[in-house]
Amino acid sequence: MKIKTTKQPPVSQVTQKITGNVLLRRLLLPLAVIMAVLLLWWLVCWFKIFPAYALPSPGDVWRSFKEEIAAGRLLNDIIASLWRVAIGFVMAACLAIPLGLWLGQHLSARSAFLPVLNFFRFLSPLAWIPFAILWFHIGDKPAVFLIFMATFFPLALAVMSAVATIPSIYFRVAHDYNYKGIELLTKVTLPAVLPQVITSLRVSYGIAWVVIVAAEMVGCQDGLGYGIWEARNGLRLDSAVCYMIVIGLLGMGIDRLLSQLTKLPNIRWGYER
Amino acid sequence: MKDNYTEAKLQLDHVSHRYGETAVLENVSLKVSPGEFVVLVGPSGCGKSTLLNLLSGYIKPVSGKVFMEGSIRTVYQQDGLFPWLTVTENINMGLRHIASRQEQEKELNDLIELIHLEGFEKHYPHQLSGGMRQRVELARVLGGDADTLLMDEPFSALDYQTRLRMRRELIHLLEKRPRTVVFVTHDIEEAAQLADRVLVLSNRPATICKELHIGAPRPRDLTDDAVVQAMKTILTELGLQTPGKTNV
Repeated sequence: MKIKTTKQPPVSQVTQKITGNVLLRRLLLPLAVIMAVLLLWWLVCWFKIFPAYALPSPGDVWRSFKEEIAAGRLLNDIIASLWRVAIGFVMAACLAIPLGLWLGQHLSARSAFLPVLNFFRFLSPLAWIPFAILWFHIGDKPAVFLIFMATFFPLALAVMSAVATIPSIYFRVAHDYNYKGIELLTKVTLPAVLPQVITSLRVSYGIAWVVIVAAEMVGCQDGLGYGIWEARNGLRLDSAVCYMIVIGLLGMGIDRLLSQLTKLPNIRWGYER
Repeated sequence: MKDNYTEAKLQLDHVSHRYGETAVLENVSLKVSPGEFVVLVGPSGCGKSTLLNLLSGYIKPVSGKVFMEGSIRTVYQQDGLFPWLTVTENINMGLRHIASRQEQEKELNDLIELIHLEGFEKHYPHQLSGGMRQRVELARVLGGDADTLLMDEPFSALDYQTRLRMRRELIHLLEKRPRTVVFVTHDIEEAAQLADRVLVLSNRPATICKELHIGAPRPRDLTDDAVVQAMKTILTELGLQTPGKTNV
């Protein structure tokens, strides 16, 4: 054992070089691009290409950011929006994934439901706004409903087609080894589609996060979308930009969390080929 | 006739099959005795895989009868392992009938040792080479109680040298754990090296056009007289051998 350790190449140097590259690629380069975008923004303001009231400068936005945090409004809005998206999204996922699994396995059910699911998928969730308000009045419910409508159909369709395209060889192997019924579903069908399910969860979460802003512009008294609406009404575009930045960052952050799921060892295979 | 059915583990009786307009098999009769290693060779697309699917019960013939007895497992050309399971978990699929944990563990370790994959227990299929994956497949079908193995071109996706090595390994494994084997291939060498009996299939619709018994003991080298002789016979049957040279 001792000989082995002494003979080992100077690993630390090699890893240092690799981590140096990764650091540059993952952190420094993106940071440089972000700085460039901020600089461009600042330059556009500096040369007064748009009037000051129509495009707040980075400095204005920074001040309004501090103001919103101090007032506690921003945090409150973030929590309200996250809550609505979470409820609507989890409800959609809990119904769409089982439905997709079922439809994927039954050709006639698939033929029966496909046109209706496709029809609703192509309806913009914003078209449901008047109904959302009439049915659910004000508060969290209309926004949750809109998130649900925005994510349920694409998710169900994605899971369905994932199940329908499972290579038949897996089912033949499963038959050889006596997997039947519930066991077939949980030990073969579900793990076979899990990588695709996670991808479609990420995509539909993205839709949900886009829709929440519009959904909160009506019928809500708080939330990030409402914040932007309020800022617009008061012609406080510095505050609006501050909300936009928060929305973008939160969206990225949660997608990052969801993408961690793809690193699980029994899911990783779906992203290797 | 009736008596034959009971003694045979696996039998096709005047079986014909078609997919829509395309006739795939025409009046094929085949009887596999217990412990026998039967190889089906034929041109690609001639219906070899259809024959295996009929034997495994995956499809039903249009006409004729299929008799099978005991449990049957299939080894596929590739991708038969579940990619979301580790080597251990994949092999354990074949050991699910064993109630005692300890026995299952012992059997698992035996199998992993048999296929020389110690140290790869926690690997996933996509982290293994093609040859290693097929070895895991062999361990999975050999573990447990299946009496009959159907093999659908199991080595055809491997490179030539790995293929040669896998043939040797298969013979070695079957010595330790004897099974009835029906093996489908387009590789004439493979047939000559492995089989007790080679069945040469014609072009579609397939019929059995030649039956050849090879008595030489295994493992057989590629250059053994018996293997070379068998290859000549098969090649001639398939029309791939220069006729004048067949009697050398």
